[in-house]
Amino acid sequence: MYDVIIIGAGVTGCAIARELSRYQLRVLVLEKEEDVCCGTSKANSAIIHAGHDATPGTQKAKFNVLGNAMMDELSQELDFPFVRNGSLVVCFEEAQIPKLEELMERGRQNGVEGLRIVRGEQIQKLEPNLSDSVTALLFCPTGGIVCPFLMTIALAENAAVNGTQFRFDTKVTQIRPTDNPQEGWQIFTDAGEVLTTRCVVNAAGVYADVFNNMVSARKLSITPRRGEYQLLDKKAGALISHTIFQLPGPKGKGILVTPTVHGNLMVGPTAQDLTDKEAVNTTAAGLAEVMEKGRQSVPSLPGRMTITSFAGLRASEAEKDFVLGEAPDAPGFFNCAGIDSPGLSAAPAIGVYLAKQVAQTLRAEKKTDFCGTRKGIPNVAQATLQERKALIQQDPAYGNVICRCETVTEGEIINAIRRPCGARSLDGVKRRVRAGMGRCQSGFCAPKVMEILQRERDIDPLAVTKHGPGSELLTGTTREDREDETV
Amino acid sequence: MKPYDLIVIGGGPAGLAAAISAREAGVKEILILERDNEPGGILNQCIHNGFGLHTFGEELTGPEYAIRFIEQAKALQIPCKLNTMVLDLQDDGSGVKQVTAMNRQDGLLELTARCIILAMGCRERPRGALNIPGFRPAGVYTAGTAQRLVNMEGRMPGKEIVILGSGDIGLIMARRLTLEGAKVKAVAELMPYSGGLARNIVQCLEDYQIPLLLSHTVTDLHGKDRVTGVTLSQVDANSRPIPGTEQEISCDTLLLSCGLLPENELSDKLGVSLSPVTGGPEVNESLETNVPGVFACGNVLHVHDLVDYVSEEAARAGLHAAQYLKEKKRDSRDFSLPICPKDGIRYTVPQTVRPDCMDDTLLVRFRVGAVYSDCRIFVSLGDTCIQTLYKKKIAPGEMQQLTLKKADLAAASPSDSIIIRLEENVHGNA
Repeated sequence: MYDVIIIGAGVTGCAIARELSRYQLRVLVLEKEEDVCCGTSKANSAIIHAGHDATPGTQKAKFNVLGNAMMDELSQELDFPFVRNGSLVVCFEEAQIPKLEELMERGRQNGVEGLRIVRGEQIQKLEPNLSDSVTALLFCPTGGIVCPFLMTIALAENAAVNGTQFRFDTKVTQIRPTDNPQEGWQIFTDAGEVLTTRCVVNAAGVYADVFNNMVSARKLSITPRRGEYQLLDKKAGALISHTIFQLPGPKGKGILVTPTVHGNLMVGPTAQDLTDKEAVNTTAAGLAEVMEKGRQSVPSLPGRMTITSFAGLRASEAEKDFVLGEAPDAPGFFNCAGIDSPGLSAAPAIGVYLAKQVAQTLRAEKKTDFCGTRKGIPNVAQATLQERKALIQQDPAYGNVICRCETVTEGEIINAIRRPCGARSLDGVKRRVRAGMGRCQSGFCAPKVMEILQRERDIDPLAVTKHGPGSELLTGTTREDREDETV
Repeated sequence: MKPYDLIVIGGGPAGLAAAISAREAGVKEILILERDNEPGGILNQCIHNGFGLHTFGEELTGPEYAIRFIEQAKALQIPCKLNTMVLDLQDDGSGVKQVTAMNRQDGLLELTARCIILAMGCRERPRGALNIPGFRPAGVYTAGTAQRLVNMEGRMPGKEIVILGSGDIGLIMARRLTLEGAKVKAVAELMPYSGGLARNIVQCLEDYQIPLLLSHTVTDLHGKDRVTGVTLSQVDANSRPIPGTEQEISCDTLLLSCGLLPENELSDKLGVSLSPVTGGPEVNESLETNVPGVFACGNVLHVHDLVDYVSEEAARAGLHAAQYLKEKKRDSRDFSLPICPKDGIRYTVPQTVRPDCMDDTLLVRFRVGAVYSDCRIFVSLGDTCIQTLYKKKIAPGEMQQLTLKKADLAAASPSDSIIIRLEENVHGNA
């Protein structure tokens, strides 16, 4: 019997878990994938929006601004990279300037501070590589960039340290009220288990409508809206310093060009409504559109420096707003649904809000021994020479470079595997320490990381995966190693 | 700490040959820094034969070829630090270079050297750089990664394989994987010709009935967790996929052999200017970069097809480094002639020549930009043709060479340039 079961270990699920771990509650997070941050949270723009885009009065507007304001402190407490680099919304025609002003006014109503419109020579001073055809822009100093992997992982780790349980590779197949509805909910998993819990938090991303609709007559409908991106080499990272949006359209904020907290340059996303909730494949047309539209803002974008491309699915609810809180006809069932942009920015505030609601419902007391800080994995690439020396002295594995492009050491990889909610796959290692994230895209380090994973997890070499069951990296041994066969 | 005379970055075939020749030319304090756990570089995973025909007059496997250089370096007592990653190279202009490296045993190493030879090799072009659309499943490997898994670790990357790109490693791996029991279903090549050596097409594909699909590329990749298939499309003369030509091939693995990129991130930190064509440093006749006392050789300079040429080139770099260390001052009046590739010639190495500094002859290596037949290569100094070379057939996959004679450059003035160009169908046109 659990007090709370959270479905989904994305950024909102983990933010709620971390906030709930302040209370004396038995909390379990169920995730169908092999790790945290495997759905929408891993494939998005990695932007902490200022908050001028959402319609005033909506949940999106409220939680975006609240979440943005929490980021400085949260990133320090939980030791993940966040930079307030400022964002620019650009327009290309004089006639569009009223739309920028409208956006600025909306931002003011939402409580966004520091917004101003910039024209003329000031544009190039602010961002020298912007297109000459930019006529004006809205400057948003509170906009920022974050590493969505490390943010989600940090939240999860901190929740785990404070007693939250995580179960991966576990799909929820059915949710039903218990026979005595006062007692809560039964959750059926694909492992054939039936778990009971007093409360459920539905943070299931693109599948949140499926779970809501199992228990509530107030139906939700979530459309997976695909966004394709291209990531460019760090050599291109200094081309711009702000996040550059174009004037938003009906399906989103258009194609943006942004530096990442790790020094790469990212361009995207497209916006394509789909029905398949697993369609995270990129398309030739989508990738071409990304570059073409990105070049409208930054004409010198070097497409040849692309090191990888990816696609994510935004969980876009029909009513176009976050659905947060207890379902009216399903007591103890809390929705955290329709979390598309600005979901990443809003996640910390959503976590606080929903955790408080759940805790009140359960009349939970706060823990006295909650630990609100977490130390990340040492980053050898960014460490000073003195720090590196100290790390190697503490553990020589920090002197053994495994990923040459990103200077990731064996020590960091082992640390990533051994910590709470640790990495279990090649992608899990990559998201935590960036091994394989560089320009060779794991060509050199993959065999070495596979060996470390096998050794640390004490598993068969053939059981090492890219991202969980079904994605095994090797299919067998060579002939001379096969005992059952004569050459 | 006293600076080393020479630090060689990389202990592969280039680094070893360079260090050996420098030592033989009298350089005393040499150190090789190697990131892997043994010297020999990529040769250690090249277990096929075909190495050494030019150098030793016999056919060796990669490891056999490497061991000859490793033993020579040992006999000459050249120290080599293994498992050591060079993190930074700096030159403050004083003539002494700073080398920052790291390993388990020594921790952080801060070394200095009067001279540096860059010999870091190259890396493979990954999927992302090719912009292949589709999912991101397990089962997409570069050919070299697959080669390491199979030849060094005894693991199979897949059972049913499609290879994109007909570079030499891809061709070699088509044969290796077939011999190991995998089914190689096709090799697709974007260009209308193969990027690999002709002998590899015959020995690795034709001998095993593996189809080579020229003017084809992968336009979709299927499978969310593990590759389940690829879509191949024919491409037009501009390498654009032709709609309607799609064919889906089921497979569990896609190998990429789509080109090698010299690995020059460290050279960049040192301020070495790089050629946009080769991706490697621009060098003069002494294989010296624009940073005095910094030399380059092997695949970090430009991608070679045969290791024999790497060894030969690296030995020259070692010799020039030794000469640099001996000569305290050089004549600043020595002028430099650019070598300009034109009409079908993609690049040359070296890119410049100082006639006064060259030996009696100078080997110039080059590649062409497409397949040409019945062609003549003209070398001229200004308007004067100083050499011609006839080739029945010439392809981008095979590195070419010619020898410049010092005597031919005697009349050169500082404003001259050496032009190398190609004319096709010289007999057809006549």
